[in-house]
Amino acid sequence: MSMNCLLCGVGGQGTVLASRLIAYAAMQKGMEVRTAETIGMAQRGGCVVSHVRTGEEIHSSLIPLGSADVIIAFEPAEAVRCLPYLKEGGFMIVNDKAIMPVTSSLDGSEYTAEKMLDFLKGKVFNLRIINGDEVCRTCGSPKALNIALLGAAAVTGVLELTVEEMKDAIRARVPEKYLEMNMKAFEACM
Amino acid sequence: MNKRFLMGNEAIGIGAIHAGVHLVTGYPGTPSTEILETVARENDGSIYVEWSVNEKAALEVAAGASYAGARTMVTMKQVGLNVAADPLMSLAYVGIKGGMVVVTADDPGPISSQTEQDTRHFAQFAKLPVFDPSSPEEAYLMIQDAFEYSEKYHTPVIFRPVTRVNHSCASVTMTEPAGQKKPEGFIKDSSKWVIFPKLSYQNHIKIEERNEAMKAELSSYRFNCIDLARNMTGNPDRAKIGIATGGASYAYVREVLSSYGEDIPSVLKIATAHPFPEQLALEFLSGLEKVIVVEELDPVIERELLTLCGKHHLAVEIHGKLTGDVKNAGENSVESVGISLAQMFGRVMPKTQLYQLPELPVRPPVLCAGCPHRVSFYAVKTAMKGRKAVFSGDIGCYTLGNAKPLDMVDTCLCMGADVTIAQGLHRIEPDAVNFSFIGDSTFFASGITGVVNAVYNKTDIVLIILDNATTAMTGHQPHPGTGKTMMGAVAEKISIEKTLLAVGVKSVVTADPLDLKSAAKAVREASGKTGVNAVIFKSPCIAVTAPSPVYRVLEDVCIGCKKCIRELGCPAMHMENNKAVIEPSLCYGCSVCAQVCPTKAIKGGA
Repeated sequence: MSMNCLLCGVGGQGTVLASRLIAYAAMQKGMEVRTAETIGMAQRGGCVVSHVRTGEEIHSSLIPLGSADVIIAFEPAEAVRCLPYLKEGGFMIVNDKAIMPVTSSLDGSEYTAEKMLDFLKGKVFNLRIINGDEVCRTCGSPKALNIALLGAAAVTGVLELTVEEMKDAIRARVPEKYLEMNMKAFEACM
Repeated sequence: MNKRFLMGNEAIGIGAIHAGVHLVTGYPGTPSTEILETVARENDGSIYVEWSVNEKAALEVAAGASYAGARTMVTMKQVGLNVAADPLMSLAYVGIKGGMVVVTADDPGPISSQTEQDTRHFAQFAKLPVFDPSSPEEAYLMIQDAFEYSEKYHTPVIFRPVTRVNHSCASVTMTEPAGQKKPEGFIKDSSKWVIFPKLSYQNHIKIEERNEAMKAELSSYRFNCIDLARNMTGNPDRAKIGIATGGASYAYVREVLSSYGEDIPSVLKIATAHPFPEQLALEFLSGLEKVIVVEELDPVIERELLTLCGKHHLAVEIHGKLTGDVKNAGENSVESVGISLAQMFGRVMPKTQLYQLPELPVRPPVLCAGCPHRVSFYAVKTAMKGRKAVFSGDIGCYTLGNAKPLDMVDTCLCMGADVTIAQGLHRIEPDAVNFSFIGDSTFFASGITGVVNAVYNKTDIVLIILDNATTAMTGHQPHPGTGKTMMGAVAEKISIEKTLLAVGVKSVVTADPLDLKSAAKAVREASGKTGVNAVIFKSPCIAVTAPSPVYRVLEDVCIGCKKCIRELGCPAMHMENNKAVIEPSLCYGCSVCAQVCPTKAIKGGA
């Protein structure tokens, strides 16, 4: 038995904290955990991917293709890029706002979030699209996105962690002064 | 059982503390940086920790402490070992007293490095033992073993994790800390600590003997092992094929084999590629007809097995990188290993769904919104418009100045090379203005000697110092110019300006790059003079300073000329309905887009 969760987005969106929270919660529950993260140069606005694996008999920290139980995507194009990791029948939580790379703005090759989301709708049965901007407005901080997406994933049960177990992890790992905002964010998409 | 959820680098740092380390030095470099930071964070005050100015200094400081009987650790990335190679090669001959572990992180891919060099090769070249952990859990235990071997054999040892061990997290079971032992102190003995040709010859003989002895001992080392074949009796052909592997690739091999059901071949795991555990390998090879070697970077284990087969006249085919059965560049993955093994064992790869993905945006790393480097590059670009100029760059965030639209890094080689490459270019093309861009941390690490070289040899170059008051790329480590040390002490800030003047740089002007006009003026003046002239662009990294109020585009004034986007390439800006838009969550309020806009359509600030 194991659970594979892939988080993807653009450097600076907070994927690392979200993956650490899942790992922490699973470990509190006595599960074995492995994660792998993108750290370093790629963090500067590049594609970032975090792999979280919990359960028994996990060897590699990287999730094999076609094996993710859930993908938490912070950006629609990155969700599409990581789709080959998703297991048949797996869940996908995706933020609906595109982050346009400078290269696209320069050569006029802009894409739209709609195009990416339409593609996903045709491929992923268990797809949940989150209006990230609205969530952030409600919570009063653009930094709330990662925890909001985490809440949306937790409520499906696919993380093999209860909502309460995830909340305990947030309480234990998020600094006091940001706790209220993050708790609000966590519940925003439930 | 006490378990902690740790990143590989944290496991290495805590493992060293538990082994009773007295002194830890290093220079930041992805993927190694968090090791030293962990020791500093968990330090109860009994360990001396420093970010040294570069890897050579770090290694020498640690060697001195080891001479005095202290346990020491030095941390760096693989290219850092090139900088530290001079002291390390000699230290291998001199030896040490207190256990000394040189942690050198390799970066298959490469993900954040200039090269795909393999430190196991370096260990063979330097005749030093090397330890190669396959997971964070193993790294925690193995670093402690490394100290024991180092002390037992009076030699520095190399510890070589790869990125996927450094930056993976796992639940790690803690063992009882050994605790620090009081160092004996330095005992003078010039026949031991002073390297001379005669001593090197004598020690060379001892080193060869020692490595033979270690080969034998390492054959029973706990992390060099054979996972025996299971249930291969029904398949005598496949039973004659074995897998040899090591490091992170061991995890990929096990992951692939976990889908093989009950049909599991024997696996040789090599944790010490040098000295190579020959006895164990011979035991593994016995009865096999074919071996596939799965490793990253160079075919080190593969060559050792080939040598062994030759030495013992074994009729075993060795497959791997040299035969094209395993990829010979880049990082391994569960998928790539799966394909190599499937071919070897005549198995069909499990089907994964194939998707026809729509065209996806290219997303190279870029300078952050508000990054002062962007403006510094832009100021130089504006000042040099229409003139023949070459821009030599260096290692750091500012290497990203090569991207369009800035396109301001014409060369990048290694730490400190911007200053000296510019000099070489200028000797051959004296009609060009030769710029050299170097960051503050890199300047202290290896830029100063290059500047002295330029002054002494009378070269005309313009030196641009990008002083953002931190070591930004690796995660904001202090350096000699920041006035802080890893022991938490406040140190005298070393002034870049005074350093440059002291070595004879003709003019040194300090400017704020965010004031585009005066920044460009400073560059124009410096470029009009002979000799070495410097402009220090001083503006803190956005990650170590509070943002200014954000800017916005006045929609009715913006004419959609795209100048801001075309000239600056700021990731906070894009076009929407033919108007420029600034993303408020990314804007840092640097104001440069407003300074560039021809119609004054960008407003904001205080």
